[in-house]
Amino acid sequence: MKELGPVLVHQVSYLWLIPVFPLVGATINALVGWKLQQALGKRAVHYVAVGSMVASLAVALYAFRVMLGLDAEHRFLQDTLWNMFTAGRVQADLGFALDPLSMMMVLVVTFIGMLIHVFSIGYMADEPAYWRFFSYLNLFAFSMLLLVMGDNFVLMFFGWEGVGLCSYLLIAFWYTDPDKAKAGMKAFIANRFGDFGFVVGLFLLFWALGGAWEQRMDARGADYRPTPGLGAVAAASDAAQRALLVPEVEVGGGQRVKIGPTFNFRELRDQVVIEKTGVAEHLKGQRLWGFGLLAIIGIFLFVGAMGKSAQIPLYVWLPDAMAGPTPVSALIHAATMVTAGVYMVARLNFIFALSPTAMGWVAFIGALTAIFSASIGFFQYDIKKVLAYSTVSQLGFMFIGVGVGAYWAGAYHLLTHAFFKATLFLGSGSVILGCHHEQDMRKMGGLKKHMPITAWTYLAACWAIAGYPWAAGFYSKDEILWKAFTSEHLSFLGLPAPWLGPAIYVTGIIAATGTAFYMFRSYYMTFTGEYRGGQGHHDEHNVDPHSVQAAPHSKLSDKVHASDGAHHKVPTDLADNVVRGHDDHGHHGGTPRESPWTITAVLVILAAGSILTALLGLPALWTHRPPALEHFLEPALTAEVHFAAKPHALEWIFQGIGVAAGVVGWFFARLLYKDARSAVPAELKKRFFRAWTVVYNKYYVDEAYGVLVLRPSVHFARFLAWCDQFIVDWLVNFAGWITRFFANIDGAIDKYLVDGAVNLLANATIAGGRTLRRVQTGRIQTYLYGALAGALAVVLLNFLIQ
Amino acid sequence: MLQVSLTHFLAVGALLFSFGLVTVATRRNAVGVLMGVELLLNGANVNFVAFNHYVVGGVTGQIFSLFVIVLAAAEAAVGLAIVLGIYQTFKTIDVRATDLMRE
Amino acid sequence: MSTLGRLIGWILVVAAVAGFVVFVGSRVMGPEGAGQLALGTPVLSDVLFWILAILTVVGAAGVALSRNILYSAIGLLAALLGAGALYVFLSADFVAVTQLLVYIGGVLVLILFAVMLTAQIGDVNISNASFSVGGGLMLFVAAAPVLLAVAVRVPWALRPAAPLAETTADIGNAFLKQWLLPFELASLILLATLIGAIVVARKELKGV
Repeated sequence: MKELGPVLVHQVSYLWLIPVFPLVGATINALVGWKLQQALGKRAVHYVAVGSMVASLAVALYAFRVMLGLDAEHRFLQDTLWNMFTAGRVQADLGFALDPLSMMMVLVVTFIGMLIHVFSIGYMADEPAYWRFFSYLNLFAFSMLLLVMGDNFVLMFFGWEGVGLCSYLLIAFWYTDPDKAKAGMKAFIANRFGDFGFVVGLFLLFWALGGAWEQRMDARGADYRPTPGLGAVAAASDAAQRALLVPEVEVGGGQRVKIGPTFNFRELRDQVVIEKTGVAEHLKGQRLWGFGLLAIIGIFLFVGAMGKSAQIPLYVWLPDAMAGPTPVSALIHAATMVTAGVYMVARLNFIFALSPTAMGWVAFIGALTAIFSASIGFFQYDIKKVLAYSTVSQLGFMFIGVGVGAYWAGAYHLLTHAFFKATLFLGSGSVILGCHHEQDMRKMGGLKKHMPITAWTYLAACWAIAGYPWAAGFYSKDEILWKAFTSEHLSFLGLPAPWLGPAIYVTGIIAATGTAFYMFRSYYMTFTGEYRGGQGHHDEHNVDPHSVQAAPHSKLSDKVHASDGAHHKVPTDLADNVVRGHDDHGHHGGTPRESPWTITAVLVILAAGSILTALLGLPALWTHRPPALEHFLEPALTAEVHFAAKPHALEWIFQGIGVAAGVVGWFFARLLYKDARSAVPAELKKRFFRAWTVVYNKYYVDEAYGVLVLRPSVHFARFLAWCDQFIVDWLVNFAGWITRFFANIDGAIDKYLVDGAVNLLANATIAGGRTLRRVQTGRIQTYLYGALAGALAVVLLNFLIQ
Repeated sequence: MLQVSLTHFLAVGALLFSFGLVTVATRRNAVGVLMGVELLLNGANVNFVAFNHYVVGGVTGQIFSLFVIVLAAAEAAVGLAIVLGIYQTFKTIDVRATDLMRE
Repeated sequence: MSTLGRLIGWILVVAAVAGFVVFVGSRVMGPEGAGQLALGTPVLSDVLFWILAILTVVGAAGVALSRNILYSAIGLLAALLGAGALYVFLSADFVAVTQLLVYIGGVLVLILFAVMLTAQIGDVNISNASFSVGGGLMLFVAAAPVLLAVAVRVPWALRPAAPLAETTADIGNAFLKQWLLPFELASLILLATLIGAIVVARKELKGV
């Protein structure tokens, strides 16, 4: 194995433009978007938004070109703006870094983001709050770029939270509908749970790298001796103190690597990956309450990924998030935000690779999620819900990939998934638009002849997701499952589990079969047969009596239609109007039409992408060279994970099995759903109705959450309110009572003691005066006596003095 | 009993004076008070003349007592005029009635 | 004021006065006081003196103590008469006659007139339970013993006994030589008194 050295940094100064362009677009649209829309029409708004995305893409492409120009060890572009804060040995800079992994992510975000902005021009044409939508979209792009480009945890977490916020804003875009608002809140809160785990994991990592551990454990690393004075928060004042606070290790070639707690990814990677620092050995040896600390860190960090990337148990927000507009679902909940968890695990591959338990846990959860949500997707009628569960399932695949150690495979699946899932979502958006905002697949059908471009692109994407050769999904999925099978590095709950890899493989194959099945089911139900829709959707609701949640299409259409009155206005840049006017109120008759070019062009580009990205991942088995993407990502994904070396023949066989799984799924879907001719689905549903109901109702997970989590929370809140009312308020009232009591005492003192004393003095004076007044009798005789008494006194005194 | 000497006369004068004092102090009648004043003066006069005869010689003491008599007469006149005035004002000559200066 | 309070007040006052008397008396009394109270053979002049002295004192007592104002006036007459007579013993013949003429003939008559004039008003002299009785007694007890003690105990520097002589000429001379100014002033005073009395009395009569 190659001895790894520290990452060599190539300084550039334009990386900050990539996130800033969308931020500027968002700000302009937020502040003056309404005015722009009124004054210059919606055109001005989308020019600003799409323009900023195009600019961002341009800079990203430029950076990509620069990066390709560098040789493999030097592909690290760094642009540090300024130091946000420094606390002792820890420093958090506002800095952007592009290594191959984040470069890939940036290109995905900016390219697909730009395409979806263009899509939204056509899709959201009727929306009066057009400016707000584009402002939010740009804000999301900014946050996502911050997330992938941030060179330290602080910035990444800032973006992490930002995308959560934008997800909320966009899901609850039509916030006047309480269901949609609730969906937005659900997404945000589920994300929050994840964020909590993420932050705990981060703290533990921070703690593990330095701190009081050293006093208790032997530092087994050769040169790893962190300083004892970790409590210092003041910055180092001179070089000597800095050397003490921030120890560095010589790693050969005159390079020094900083060790100790840090937020910066590069520094973290350097100290963990380079063996000479001894940090990796040290981390592996630490235990917390009997468990390996690294495993705990990995599991907690994965909790964050669970929330953001919708894995069990925090996946429940993603299907509800379909309440948002379709471009949002495509961008956020397919291509970019939900992949942030995968990105995070891939970024921290060197940490995860040190802990087999964490890896096994990640892969296990991924596999479980893949198969679980695939099964739910079998019976959903809302096309967007099918795609949502498909996304959760595919995310499970990605986590299988990064869990078993095939980091580049997970990242590759992320890339391919972004393309084909975006195609699928935007295709469904086109379909929905064409069917007058109808989302129930039972009301669709036969759209192949009405919307051919949409149908072909959708088919291409289904081909990709089912995993057939020459479409990208095959290569990524195949790579993941092969690596899962051959992994030997996994532990399950602390015990080495060589069986886990193959078990995950089997699960993955079943999930792949399921994927093919439900995707083609959706294709056949939507595009083949005769058009079943056009009855008007203000009529009866097709409410299945056993479902907990009716298809929400009517509310969506209510919202959208109510905003623009009784008919769709015709924007001038849409060549063919998608809708005829209403003749009858309540009856939206008319056949579907193909969507405008802004939509179909995007679909075509994305479908092409889902096929062409296959080229990036052609397996070594075929070309006898490492796949292009793996080679590209190698400098970033440096963790060494051992895989069993299996014979090539086995690999060919497994590829065949993967394709076969896809074919089997397709076959059954075609059998049951093509042209809606078969009565078998209805028969099966009747026979297994109870089982069908359970699966249709998503295994009642949401209801379970309601009972287990929400109800106790509400009770707790009520209890606290009771406490506040009776305990806190009682205390306050008691304080008031005490005050009154003492005031009464004081008053009594004042009234009886003080006033009494004063009155006593006054009365004594009056009494004394009254008594003394008697001398003034007015009678001469009395005065005579007085005079004589005085004379007597004088005589007496005279005698006395003598 | 004894041979009459200065002492006796002084004693008489003392008694006259004392009685006059008592009269002034206790009489309710205004005229009674004036009578008391006369007694006082007489007592003093007796003293004067006694001392003049037994101690000093000459006529100085007698001159003095003559003046006293003159002034007593004048004072009695005025006093009685005042008593009449009091009677006019208060309709009574009880000295207790003239206590307008009382609190 | 309650009876108890008054009683206590009286006792205190009596005690104070008695104490004062004893105190002053002890100061005044000389060691030779005891020997002066020897008795001798009576002489006519002495007897006359005693009679006149008693007359005077009784008259004075009558003035002080009688309830009737008229009796007081008669008592005053007696006292004045007695005093006048005593003047004669003291070789002051002119003073005695003046006493008779002016005091008794003028002042007393005036007082009698006043008494008569005001007699119909009311004859209340000393009320019974008033401050005055006790006060008067106290006063008497305070004044008389002291003065008497002084009179008796002090060793006066007596001159050798002189014969009783006429004094009128000497008095006349003294008035016009030595005591001229007081003489004139006295006349002025009399004038003022005359006018004043008229003014005071007349005003009251005329006014109102």
